[in-house]
Amino acid sequence: MIKINALRKSFGRQQVLRGVDLEINAGELIAVIGMSGGGKSVLLKHLIGLLKPDSGEILVDGRDIVNMSQDELDVIRNKVGVLFQGGALFDSMTVYENTAFPLAEKTKLSKEQIESKVADALEDVGLNGMGHKYPAEISGGMRKRVGLARALISEPSIVLFDEPTTGLDPITLNSIHRLIKTTQQKYGFTGIIISHEIPEIFDIADRVAVIHQGVIVQCGTADEVRNSTNPVVQQFISGGQTGPIMTIG
Amino acid sequence: MNIAENIIRPLGAWGLDVVRSMGHMFIFLSRTVYYTFAPPFKFSLLLKQIRFIGSKSMIVILLTGAFAGMVLALQLYYTLRKFGSEALLSPAIALSLIRELGPVLAALMITGRAGSAISAEIGIKRITEQIDALISMALNPFRYLIVPNFVASLIVFPLLAAIFDVVGIFGGYIVAVKLLGLSPGTYFSQIDVFVTMTDIRIGLYKSISFGLIVSWVCCYKGFYSGYGAEGVSRVTTQAVVLSSVLILVWDYFLGSVLL
Repeated sequence: MIKINALRKSFGRQQVLRGVDLEINAGELIAVIGMSGGGKSVLLKHLIGLLKPDSGEILVDGRDIVNMSQDELDVIRNKVGVLFQGGALFDSMTVYENTAFPLAEKTKLSKEQIESKVADALEDVGLNGMGHKYPAEISGGMRKRVGLARALISEPSIVLFDEPTTGLDPITLNSIHRLIKTTQQKYGFTGIIISHEIPEIFDIADRVAVIHQGVIVQCGTADEVRNSTNPVVQQFISGGQTGPIMTIG
Repeated sequence: MNIAENIIRPLGAWGLDVVRSMGHMFIFLSRTVYYTFAPPFKFSLLLKQIRFIGSKSMIVILLTGAFAGMVLALQLYYTLRKFGSEALLSPAIALSLIRELGPVLAALMITGRAGSAISAEIGIKRITEQIDALISMALNPFRYLIVPNFVASLIVFPLLAAIFDVVGIFGGYIVAVKLLGLSPGTYFSQIDVFVTMTDIRIGLYKSISFGLIVSWVCCYKGFYSGYGAEGVSRVTTQAVVLSSVLILVWDYFLGSVLL
């Protein structure tokens, strides 16, 4: 469904992606893990055309999105939902308005139909009765749940999660992971999660890709990654201070 | 070799950077103008921004307008008295306000109050990924964030400048008539004699162009703000400084052409 070939991206002299190759199958939940600054979020932004690569291709349903026109890209974006790191909720809108926003702006659904869909979406993420609150009045975990409800309300076939649990306590972290898994099973979307959460991410991802210094160094099931002989992968998942990955101090 | 290394190369790099930035700003303006006329239009957002830039700037405009008129009356009275031309005080106040001070001071006041807020708000939307969220939903951020500010400024700046002028003329009236003892009839009749529609048109053109400059610069700076709170605070300062400088520079050139 999504195929990334030899993707390269530099910012000035800093090479962030150095030839990423990755294939993501329809309906699977794949986690991309790696060191901070390793290019995970940059990779994610390429998948919805927020960044243009220096070279390489990104095939979505067989079509390369890299050189697409704005209108063609918008057709692809309509199939994609994104949960941003901080939720990226519109701060001047309530939880209800945030969740309803994609439907209100892009569809011709009636007010009642939108209300019903928003109620269902908020129930899915456990936020019944919170629609009147503003983003500033709810916790970080709740904001991410609202972001998830907004990402899913258009029933996208692909959902991108950019570090959905960063900065959350372990209990909220597990509840968000569970929520991602259950909604993925319910709606059957293809999910790509950028994450640092090890080992928790292994419990929900169908496959895990490890990115290091701008390339995918390992991709496989959770067990395959756990048992990898690649020293970079081993050091990363064990959090070891010695090995090929340079650590501070 | 050393001259090339130390002077010419940095100068060239700076020149290229300036040209690149100007090109970037003009592309931003042309996209803004394009989306201003391309439906769908977001009228509710436009009304919201008219209220934010317009109604909420009213107190500042009333205060500064009144005191600008009062100061003008005092200073001009002192000067005109030396030539025995006190009767010309009111047209001098009115012409100064309508042609020059009204549009310029109102624009500077709105820049300080609303321009900085527009820049900071868009900057915060950038760093909290709200702009990316709009793009990822296949929605154009220019329609939602830039065009409402742009159109609202074009509408609100001349209106606020007109209010500034009227309040200033009445501020001048208080000083001239109540404090300095000029005849109230003379005050208004002289304005009627000397102020023409051309003067009002010049003030109108100026304030519309200031609205364009301020919304363009403040939206542009916010839209391309750097990272973090420091990035937003830096672009907000840059937006206010650049807008204010451009208002004064453009005022001179427009004044030279329209005089």
